Amino acid sequence: MTAQTKIQGATPRQWHTIKLIENPYLRYGFLALVVVYFFWSLGTLDIDWHRVDSGMTRAGNMFSRMVPPDFGRWELLVKGLVESVQMALAASFFGMIVAVPLGLCAAVNLVPKPVYLVARTIIVLSRTFHEVIIAIFFVKIFGFGPLAGVLTLIVASASFISKMLAEDIENLPPGQLEAVRATGASFPKLLIYCISPQALPRYLGVSIYRLDANIRHSTVVGIVGAGGIGQVLAASFSRYDYDFSLAILIAIVTIVFVGEFFSTWVRGRLR
Amino acid sequence: MLTVENLTKVYPTGAKALSDVSFLVDEPKVIAIIGPSGAGKSTLIRCVNRLVEPTSGKVLLGDTDVISLNRRGLRKARRRMGMIFQEYNLVERLTVMENVLSGRLGFVGFWRAYRRKFPSDDVAAAFRLLDRVGLEGYHNTRADALSGGERQRVGIARALMQAPDLLLVDEPTASLDPKTSRQIMRLLVELAHEAGTPALVNIHDVALAQTFSDRIIGLAAGEIVFDGSSDQLTADVLTRIYGEEDWSTTIRTDDDNDNGMTEGSDEGKQKGRPEKDQGSIPEASAG
Repeated sequence: MTAQTKIQGATPRQWHTIKLIENPYLRYGFLALVVVYFFWSLGTLDIDWHRVDSGMTRAGNMFSRMVPPDFGRWELLVKGLVESVQMALAASFFGMIVAVPLGLCAAVNLVPKPVYLVARTIIVLSRTFHEVIIAIFFVKIFGFGPLAGVLTLIVASASFISKMLAEDIENLPPGQLEAVRATGASFPKLLIYCISPQALPRYLGVSIYRLDANIRHSTVVGIVGAGGIGQVLAASFSRYDYDFSLAILIAIVTIVFVGEFFSTWVRGRLR
Repeated sequence: MLTVENLTKVYPTGAKALSDVSFLVDEPKVIAIIGPSGAGKSTLIRCVNRLVEPTSGKVLLGDTDVISLNRRGLRKARRRMGMIFQEYNLVERLTVMENVLSGRLGFVGFWRAYRRKFPSDDVAAAFRLLDRVGLEGYHNTRADALSGGERQRVGIARALMQAPDLLLVDEPTASLDPKTSRQIMRLLVELAHEAGTPALVNIHDVALAQTFSDRIIGLAAGEIVFDGSSDQLTADVLTRIYGEEDWSTTIRTDDDNDNGMTEGSDEGKQKGRPEKDQGSIPEASAG
């Protein structure tokens, strides 16, 4: 009896998970700071409630002018849509091609360190800027129109696909590469016999996803004048043709949905 | 066949994996390399085909000085050394046949490899080998659909496709269950003997090493502390390799009746009547 109580006394009877911040004062102090900062920043935002109020009525006005959507100028609409889809297709295709060498050079387990660093730098730099900013550059250089849009999307696609490809190759089990190297295979043979079969399905999957994303992004870059349906949309807004705007928005939603379904379907079949 | 002289490997971290390792392989025998984890077994095998670059020392494959070769020469030398791995290391999305044929990658041109159009002699040899390792009819199965034992059989076939002068085998059974381990070791040893190819086999199972090898090299902390036939492996030697422990249950005694070197396991039980000296592998089965 006494022995048992002694054992129970020596054994801890309480246990709790390890907290992110062990010290309770620090933990709750930090929490309190976050709350205080939140309310302080709300105060500094200087939200003008009158403007919110008048904005609401304007919004109501705009939405009422939007319905019913006006599909009267459907030729312009279809032309914009086709241009957007073509931009997306072209950009995905060239992006896929550019992404292969870039992705291979960005895989640390394949290439010497300097090559790796250069390739990674290129990828990081092109991912630093949002598509819209890149599009503004290209519009300034090549003028308004789809060329600037396509170039923008190529840059964005190539950096995205190559980053995914590089990460995929880096995640290859090192043993498989080692085994194929050990047979006396050269690097090109390693590429076609080990890396390509292992990485190809995901590369295609990512590319199809990117095609879907490019359809969405092609509508955005159009707004800064880089062609496609986005440019038509921006024009309709600036002319207060809100009913036409709604028609365009509906068309965009439809095309993005179709792209999404297509992309999901294809990727499902690639497993 | 293979001469290793004063092989030393110091990793960039400063860890000395091998120091002054020398040995000679002059007969087509199965040599087991045993030793505790971290003794340098894997490093030793990988230094032979330079998957790991040795710091200093010499590796001679026949007359070829492997260490001084340029990349092109090294690829040619690697064709002559078949390698088998613990984790099988098959290219998982490829079929069994493609994996076996990858043993010929060093011999065929790029476009043949790309289109998977291997010479018909190679294809015939691959089918024969698949048959021999017990995977008849599996040629179009994807490698990731196979069990561990089956994968290792493909791994063995891939290595033998190279018609190598030397087999480098890294822990072939460490990921397999005891029964499959014995089957795989038996197959490996039989095929090595049939082909007349010497094999360096890393293995940490002392009993398996004793059963299936002709010669044992003991590594401890990167140095060879034992090199002799498997019946010379005494408790004393094991202590030298692994450190102090009760070895009485590990060492195979003479009345153990599995000599493991018979043609098939069941057949072996009947005809493999224990003979006086089983310490060394009977040369008879090598042909």
